[in-house]
Amino acid sequence: MNHLKRVHFFSAILSFVLGAGFTAMAQDAPDVGPHPPAPAPAMESHIGNITGHSKDGAADYRRYCAGCHGVLGDGQGENTPWLDPKPRNFTLATFKCRSTPTGTLPTDEDLFNTIGRGLTNSNMPIWNTFTKDQKANLVAYIKIFSPRWGKEKAGDPIKIPVEPAVTIESISHGKELFTKLECWKCHGPQGKGDGPSAATLTDSQDNPIRPYNFAGGGNDSRFKCGSTNADVYKIFITGVDGTPMPSFADVIQPNDAWDLVHFLRTLQVKRRSKENDVLKAAGGKIPPYPEKQGEAPATHSENRTGGGN
Amino acid sequence: MSARRLSVAILATVVAPALMFAGTISGKVSYTGTPVKQKPIDMSKEPSCAKQHATPVNTETIVTGAGNTLENVVVYISAGADDANAPSQAVTFTQKGCQYLPHVLAMHTGQELQVVNDDQTSHNIHPLAKVNREWNKSQPPGSPPIQDKFDSPEFISVKCNIHPWMHGWFVVLKTNHYSISKGDGGFSLPNLPPGKYTVTAWHEDYGTQTQDVTITGNETKAIDFSFKAKAY
Repeated sequence: MNHLKRVHFFSAILSFVLGAGFTAMAQDAPDVGPHPPAPAPAMESHIGNITGHSKDGAADYRRYCAGCHGVLGDGQGENTPWLDPKPRNFTLATFKCRSTPTGTLPTDEDLFNTIGRGLTNSNMPIWNTFTKDQKANLVAYIKIFSPRWGKEKAGDPIKIPVEPAVTIESISHGKELFTKLECWKCHGPQGKGDGPSAATLTDSQDNPIRPYNFAGGGNDSRFKCGSTNADVYKIFITGVDGTPMPSFADVIQPNDAWDLVHFLRTLQVKRRSKENDVLKAAGGKIPPYPEKQGEAPATHSENRTGGGN
Repeated sequence: MSARRLSVAILATVVAPALMFAGTISGKVSYTGTPVKQKPIDMSKEPSCAKQHATPVNTETIVTGAGNTLENVVVYISAGADDANAPSQAVTFTQKGCQYLPHVLAMHTGQELQVVNDDQTSHNIHPLAKVNREWNKSQPPGSPPIQDKFDSPEFISVKCNIHPWMHGWFVVLKTNHYSISKGDGGFSLPNLPPGKYTVTAWHEDYGTQTQDVTITGNETKAIDFSFKAKAY
């Protein structure tokens, strides 16, 4: 016992001396090796009247998110090698589900909704066990990973006009647009995700990616960024950033986009929808869209015939 | 008479020094070794483009000329001549025959970029930027040019996801002093006031090289760059 006490006493002295020595040395030592990450800036999120704080999201992020998205937010969590599609890399601040134009940051609400909705066809679950405050704090927390959040504002949310009635004409025009805008090149003529370019597609991280298969899935088939018609509308206008799906904001008119939504719903053959009801009532066949003039580009020819007649 | 003489005198005092001290850095880019053979592109999935080419065009990752010269190398002043201002003129990137013209397009930060579709098919223009904003826009035939600009210097890989063989580069620089090597490997960086410069040559597959050059007056400094061809 006595012996042990003495050892403790000596080791205490030794560690004191050594410790002091090391601190002194550390001050003179050259600056080598990895640096600890710089302290993260405090970020906020605002969703309605809720304010999220990054410091309050840290513990939840480490527990629920870091396994896939990585402690550094770079999408390199310990599960990442086994996941497809790959988890989002927050350091790039590129997001799929936005209400904002291509290339811009999403709104806080967009990110908040994504956490609550989950991402179908991926390993991102529906986080419906989180409280609103938890989700808001996590939205704030993922902003610490990219300097863009400190320098840029979110894009202006796109405006979605009121949806017109579903008619067989709108479905027929939507089909025409699906052909003309060459959606089928990736999504396939029947929307099965098997178009001529489908096999070659990669996301922006060079990982293979499949176009959405509209025909797959049953009555519960979902879209990645929301299930309403307005959510589908949003997709062509915003594009799905970080993937091959471009924005059609500059090349499609608002009502034309609604017609395309109506047609796309009919590609979800196993899903009950008013579009499929209208199609069934019309005999199950989409009539050809009455084309006015030859092959001229859609927007221009319509303006021209409109003015001419 | 005297007015004319005066104007000549003014011209001489204003223009002459500028001309006198306008140095030029020029030279050639070449390679050593055996570059990877470029493959003919199969455009049969896009007949409207395939028919624009009498013989299949090759991929353009490595384009060489007679005498081991290397094309599409961006040679620019990477230090010593940071120009704050972008030219007011836009640069144009054209999609024609399902190819990008030019394959490598250089521009100043903040300079306007115009993307034109001359084809009878839709393209999507997808600059895979990492420092700048990544965006992705559809451009069906007959649609107006897409306009954009990039705020930070970056070598941005550009692709069309619909036509996977289409690949090009936006090279965004902080300087207007750049030159892209032609088929003979030649480049020229004129109008350089006296000073110390770092000249960088960038090739999409072979990487970058730099050389330091000092311009003392009205002179042309010849420098060459030689890249080692990658085996694969």
